[in-house]
Amino acid sequence: MQNLEAQLKQFVVENFLFGKQNGFNCDDSFLEKGIIDSTGMVELIFHLESTYQIKIEDTELVPENLDSVKRLVAFVERKKAGKEQGSYQSAS
Amino acid sequence: MSTLDNSLWITFNGEIFNYLELREELIAKGHHFATRSDTEVLLHLYQEEGPACVKKLNGQWAFGIWDTKERRLFLSRDRLGVRPIVYTQSGGAFSFASEVKALFADSGVPRRVDLKALDQLFTFWFPLPPHTFFEGIFELPPGHSLTLQNGEIKIERHWEMNYRPDPVGLRSEQDYAEELWELLVDAVRLRLRSDVPVATYLSGGLDSSLTTAIVKNFTDRRLRSFSVTFDDPEFDESHYQQEVVRYLGTEHQQVRCSYSDIGQIFPEVVWHTEKPILRTAPAPLFMLSQLVRDAGFKVVVTGEGSDEMLGGYDIFKEAKIRAFWGAVPDSRLRPLLLRRLYPYLNNIQNQSDAYLRAFFRVGAGDLASPFFSHLPRWDVTAKIKTFFSDAVRQQVNGSDPTDELSGMLPGNYRQWGRFLQAQYLEAMYLLPGYILSSQGDRVGMAHSVEVRLPFLDFRVVEFASKLPPTLKMKVLNEKYLLKKCAGDYIPASVRTRHKQPYRAPEGKSFFSKNFDYVDELLSEERLGKDGIFSPPAVSMLVKKFRAGRAIGVKDNMALTGILSTQLMVDQFIHNFNSRANKESHAEPRSPIKAVRG
Repeated sequence: MQNLEAQLKQFVVENFLFGKQNGFNCDDSFLEKGIIDSTGMVELIFHLESTYQIKIEDTELVPENLDSVKRLVAFVERKKAGKEQGSYQSAS
Repeated sequence: MSTLDNSLWITFNGEIFNYLELREELIAKGHHFATRSDTEVLLHLYQEEGPACVKKLNGQWAFGIWDTKERRLFLSRDRLGVRPIVYTQSGGAFSFASEVKALFADSGVPRRVDLKALDQLFTFWFPLPPHTFFEGIFELPPGHSLTLQNGEIKIERHWEMNYRPDPVGLRSEQDYAEELWELLVDAVRLRLRSDVPVATYLSGGLDSSLTTAIVKNFTDRRLRSFSVTFDDPEFDESHYQQEVVRYLGTEHQQVRCSYSDIGQIFPEVVWHTEKPILRTAPAPLFMLSQLVRDAGFKVVVTGEGSDEMLGGYDIFKEAKIRAFWGAVPDSRLRPLLLRRLYPYLNNIQNQSDAYLRAFFRVGAGDLASPFFSHLPRWDVTAKIKTFFSDAVRQQVNGSDPTDELSGMLPGNYRQWGRFLQAQYLEAMYLLPGYILSSQGDRVGMAHSVEVRLPFLDFRVVEFASKLPPTLKMKVLNEKYLLKKCAGDYIPASVRTRHKQPYRAPEGKSFFSKNFDYVDELLSEERLGKDGIFSPPAVSMLVKKFRAGRAIGVKDNMALTGILSTQLMVDQFIHNFNSRANKESHAEPRSPIKAVRG
């Protein structure tokens, strides 16, 4: 879990904050902090799908799943668990 | 040029389109003319009416008149800011010119970056006038005149945009459409007054198709048109351009622009824009003016200004939808209109409803802001200040560029309503600050090509300022009245197509080939030495581009803005003399119309 959180945080810091963390933490809302815009979402989804071998459904593209590092961790964990069980669960 | 008694001297960059009518008036008042030029008419008109003479001018001008008797200098710039004037005071001297590089020919003029102006540029896309990219160098704002006498500078506004829309229903749509059409035809007719052949730019959109159609239908000129096309189909509009060419029967030439072309010419483009740019869009227009010049033309008529005056921009539509939704924030149906925005931007169209709502949400207090329409654009742009170095951030820390803009707004701005407020911000600021300069005069004049803009004829502008906003954008149908005018003058497919704003390939142009200047100016060593941007942050951005992962508007604006700022510093501060010498050995250009008497 910790490892996944660190990986995802690093991805966000490098690609959206360009190394300037300025007190960024894993609970921060990407939308409220203006960290991710519409193209950032496309980048993020592409990264999640290609790095963690998961497929994200349209119905799962909601802030409840994707709007902070902590939410991303929970979502990816859930997806991977679902995949291992042979089924997907939508959080929406 | 001077008057016969040498009491008045003029230097003039631009054109006065109604000079023949003014000449007749002056002859009737006893003036005698030695030439047929508009420069001489301007000089005599000033002699007759003094500074108020500019109110009679229909044209695009930047001129200076020296009154030897009064020892008074008078500078004036046209209403909308088509032509530029910059000035500075250094070592007890006052200098003015059309280009900053002319001021820097005096080695006593300091060449330093104005960080406050940079902060504004990285918010609005341009420094607020009178600031320029350089400390101590100022531009005369559009619609202003400057008087210098006894060491005192006085700057006065000679024209201001003022929206006083007619009440809805006062006149019929047909009536408005007929008047607009008559004004446009006359505006084009005046702009074809030239001692050299005139051509048109043809983008494939409504505005340039219409101006081209007017030249075709209402003059006996042989019609030549020019356009730019793109290798990348995402930006290319050649299909529509060819439809117009076939429909109007113009003799057409085009220049094809690739990613590597933009990377190749970018330093030259920035040398001419004289300010950092956040978009590469000026680069293809630089290529286009080269094509026009090579074909033997020095004057082109274009459709710029229509979107600002007649309600064409997506930002107007976006603001309308955001306000409509913001009025009932819990509505499930209202945000569905967001899908109507930006049909040409896949990153927006591919979003889920939940995220589309999240990106366009109207924040608490936004509806009351005088800048409601522009808050999302400025917010996204300002994000690229993340790349400022700590030293620059500290120096600009605490200043909010919108504070200065708030203080510049006219007294009745708040009474206009959001649509007209948005129009004002586009017409009075983005138009002169970016569109007419970096995408217009600067890249045209780089090849001595003069751009003429019928939609910015002041009679068209003042007519448009009285139109009820519903005739500009009817619900979400942009430039409604203009489309009504267009009738069969242009192909129906062009009249009814989805508006696609002119865009060009962005950041990946700089990595499409190995460009030494990109490697050098974005190296950590060089960035550290110049001190404006954070070297590690820029390196991460460059890495993202090199990996092909930078696809967003923000990343592209950041890279283009950083690279063009570095080019400005390199060409204007570190290596000005060698860069200017290179220019002077190139084919001579004559951006200033200075005629000696």
